[in-house]
Amino acid sequence: MSERLSVFKTYKLFVGGKFPRSESGRVYEVTDSKGKWLANAPLSSRKDARDAVVAARKATGGWAGATAYNRGQILYRVAEMLEGRRDQFVAEVADAEGLSKSKAAAQVDAAIDRWVWYAGWTDKIAQVVGGANPVAGPFFNLSTPEPTGVVAVVAPQESSFLGLVSVIAPVIAVGNTVVVIASEKAPLPALSLGEVLATSDVPGGVVNILSGKAAEISPSLAAHQDVNAIDLAGADAELSKALQIAAADNLKRVLRPQAVDWSADPGTDRMTAFLETKTVWHPTGSLGAGGSAY
Amino acid sequence: MPTVPSNGNEAAERLASMADVTASDGALRRFLHGLPGVDTVGLEARAAMLGTRSIKTTAKAYAIDLAISMIDLTTLEGADTPGKVRALCAKGVNPDPTDRTTPKVAAICVYPDMAATAAEALKGSGVNVASVATAFPAGRAALPVKLADTRDAVAAGADEIDMVIDRGAFLSGHYLSVFEEIKAVKEACRREDGSAARLKVIFETGELSTYDNIRRASWLGMLAGADFIKTSTGKVAVNATPANTLLMLEAVRDFRATTGVQVGVKPAGGIRTTKDALKFLVLVNETVGEEWLTNTWFRFGASSLLNDLLMQRQKLSTGRYSGPDYVTVD
Amino acid sequence: MAFEYAPAPESRAVVDIAPSYGLFIDGEFRDASDGKVFKTLSPSSEEVLSEVAQGSAEDVDAAVKAARKAFEKWSALPGAERAKYLFRIARIIQERSRELAVLETLDNGKPIRETRDADLPLVAAHFFYYAGWADKLDHAGYGPNPKALGVAGQVIPWNFPLLMLAWKIAPALATGNTVVLKPAETTPLSALFFADICRQAGLPKGVVNIVTGDGTTGAALVEHPGVDKVAFTGSTAVGKAIARSVAGTDKKLTLELGGKGANIVFDDAPIDQAVEGIVNGIFFNQGQVCCAGSRLLVQESIQDELLDALKRRLSTLRLGDPLDKNTDIGAINSAEQLARIKALADSGEAEGAERWAPACELPSAGYWFAPTLFTNVTQAHRIAREEIFGPVLSVLTFRTPAEAVAKANNSQYGLSAGIWTEKGSRILSVANSLRAGVVWANTFNKFDPTSPFGGYKESGFGREGGRHGLEAYLDV
Repeated sequence: MSERLSVFKTYKLFVGGKFPRSESGRVYEVTDSKGKWLANAPLSSRKDARDAVVAARKATGGWAGATAYNRGQILYRVAEMLEGRRDQFVAEVADAEGLSKSKAAAQVDAAIDRWVWYAGWTDKIAQVVGGANPVAGPFFNLSTPEPTGVVAVVAPQESSFLGLVSVIAPVIAVGNTVVVIASEKAPLPALSLGEVLATSDVPGGVVNILSGKAAEISPSLAAHQDVNAIDLAGADAELSKALQIAAADNLKRVLRPQAVDWSADPGTDRMTAFLETKTVWHPTGSLGAGGSAY
Repeated sequence: MPTVPSNGNEAAERLASMADVTASDGALRRFLHGLPGVDTVGLEARAAMLGTRSIKTTAKAYAIDLAISMIDLTTLEGADTPGKVRALCAKGVNPDPTDRTTPKVAAICVYPDMAATAAEALKGSGVNVASVATAFPAGRAALPVKLADTRDAVAAGADEIDMVIDRGAFLSGHYLSVFEEIKAVKEACRREDGSAARLKVIFETGELSTYDNIRRASWLGMLAGADFIKTSTGKVAVNATPANTLLMLEAVRDFRATTGVQVGVKPAGGIRTTKDALKFLVLVNETVGEEWLTNTWFRFGASSLLNDLLMQRQKLSTGRYSGPDYVTVD
Repeated sequence: MAFEYAPAPESRAVVDIAPSYGLFIDGEFRDASDGKVFKTLSPSSEEVLSEVAQGSAEDVDAAVKAARKAFEKWSALPGAERAKYLFRIARIIQERSRELAVLETLDNGKPIRETRDADLPLVAAHFFYYAGWADKLDHAGYGPNPKALGVAGQVIPWNFPLLMLAWKIAPALATGNTVVLKPAETTPLSALFFADICRQAGLPKGVVNIVTGDGTTGAALVEHPGVDKVAFTGSTAVGKAIARSVAGTDKKLTLELGGKGANIVFDDAPIDQAVEGIVNGIFFNQGQVCCAGSRLLVQESIQDELLDALKRRLSTLRLGDPLDKNTDIGAINSAEQLARIKALADSGEAEGAERWAPACELPSAGYWFAPTLFTNVTQAHRIAREEIFGPVLSVLTFRTPAEAVAKANNSQYGLSAGIWTEKGSRILSVANSLRAGVVWANTFNKFDPTSPFGGYKESGFGREGGRHGLEAYLDV
């Protein structure tokens, strides 16, 4: 019996809950760490980035307005879906990063657990970073964190999946929407993640995944006036500086690249980087007229 | 008796056009509850800010004389006697025996049974007789008793009647009953010759408890025909405050803008010092302005305030601080 | 006779301004390296108050070096000891508050009522608040033993000179940083008096350095490679330039920039308090406030009533000598700012908005602008979009809560907003929908050291005040 010929997957972008090809029609060759061809990935253009921002913006109201409990349920659902496709991701990560099967499995397991971690954070972060402020006057004063809005992310280049999840999950956990540029040389786990998100009740547009050259796509995201923040995790020093300069045009919140051990406890930093603090005042005063008889 | 500027036919018409809001308990309630709310902190902050105005030299001299002329010099004690009332009247007419340029007070305010004594003592002085009435201060009597109380006082020579509203009825939401009672008392203020005593309506703001209630009571009183709205009897823990007086000034301002009818304001109780009085005059000046800065439209219900004003007045004219031995004890 | 308030000027004798001041570097006053000086004026009279050193890049370098030298010991000091220095400073500010209030009024032009009742109490309170944090940083929610950043370069504006200094210096010192602060060119004096307060408090030399000068001095400070932290309050344009200049460095940056705050008045508002809030929102400090409620959004159904009340109230504002205790509206801070206000107000008229100001006599000397409001303003007008930073209110209308929120958020800025309604659920839903860092409901322009302050969007990032304000000065 001859060996069955496998069915290749056409990897596509994930934008607005749909799976478009790059509008440019371009693709680039993705290989494993030994140079073996794995697939052709879409080579996103600036217009793809623009479309992704439109989709992300459209999704902000519904996602930020969803209850934190609901967002937590959805993030947990992502973990559930990933668990079911664990083997696929282990294989993709092993290929992408040149890891042994067990090491790749550790990466995928950590990524799944990361979704669970952030699923639990959605309805707790506000209590940790917000609160009542005891002002010296007859006022009720409350600080609450709110999502910054649309966040562009240059995903880590080396950690194609755990790193990716580690930058996407915190951004959306707190109610932002995201346009992420996947690892340039290892985009396939990211593009497959889109398929998981699409079946996990994540509303379309909340996560938008582009593949291609970060240096080509990211400047237009950094300069985009309707993007509120940018995470430069996967940008090198030169690109990072250029993107920061572009980001100053509308004073985007910038998370600079830093050395991160993606397997370590992530803390809250990647959530708080994309939260705004809103402080609301309201008079309290006495129950009645000043010094009333009651 | 000071001349009350005529409000004119137009005002009468505009007021009449509001008759529908007092047509029923429900209509009146809807109207009063439709008035803009009052934010406690904001109101008190505004009153406090105006309290920081610094009134010096010529402005202070002007304000002290104005304040003296606005006093309803008051004695409302169980122990009042004709002798005490006559002494107070003499003081009101000639507050500072050492300085004849000192203005006289606006009125002497007494219980109804002392109105005749006061009228006798004040005859021809230009100082009015004000009498409390309507079972002052609690107002807990039947309407006929209240009306008789009022008529007695007017008959005894009272130029002005200070009535109390039925706070119990107001707090239980029986606005129309309060309204009707004020109207009836207003009617009882009429003299046989067709003239009438001016009616001051006391809300006892300390018992109304909320600023929203004070605004509602102000409009209720004005719609019922009050010539003055007055904060307090002076007989409860909390009486006139800058904030409740400011609120009532806003009410008379808005009432005139709506109806064309001008109504006076009288804070009473707890105003004891010149500094306090000046703060109230600043409230008047910056809320309703000059038109209310006369004793026709603004009064202080007070007793010990007068001596402090006199001591401050002496300080301004002599340059040295006065003492209680240099003003008369009443 | 009307009740005219006689002049009630606060005494100038309480403050002794020297004819000239140097830079405060490493605990000493010194001349600028190149000997350059500039004059600081009283904007209400154009009188020269003093001559101040123009700090050069060399001076900035010396100040940063002094701060760096002082950092090691200062940051290693037990928090409780740093706290005591800050408590001392707070107390001395309280003791000298009348002197500082008069000084601030002279140099800035704002009314003494504001410096006395708002600026100075808040300055002292800010130092008290952050003093208490210095030995409690382990409990602030930033992990155990959070570290200071190093040398903070701080550039502050002229609208609240000493208060902005407090907002910058108090949290920086509490967390163990040392600072180089550049006060605004037109209002350097209170910062120099603060240097003297540091001396009285026995603060170790080099912990606080004050370098006076203009924009070039500020740029030298921001760009200095020895600075670990940049904190700026001022215009959005300069904020963007600073964000570009720190790109590619490790400098931590916080920016508190411009605004075009919407003050939304619904038909069920407590009208009299709303009028006060509108006045306080736009005429406090002559409207030279980044969080000013410079756009009034009024529900159409009460537009006439509200505008009548507002105009009546504006007619009672007292404009004049800032040292007079009864003055509500003082001078505009500088000729340059006055020119900008005039130009934008003129554009309002040119674009078809209707201008109104109460009858108001302006003094002949100094920089003055009458409280002004514009009606018939649309979202497209410059005066509805650009920050005027002056006593000019743009009035727009709306029909529904959704329209109010849409118009309020339709701005590049997102610093402040106001909501006036007696309906609780509307306050909460509108407050949730507004993209602004500070929302005042049924009040406006309230500040407190415990309350985080800062913007969304192009109004900047980072928060000053409260526990949140520590983050800007910690390596977290």
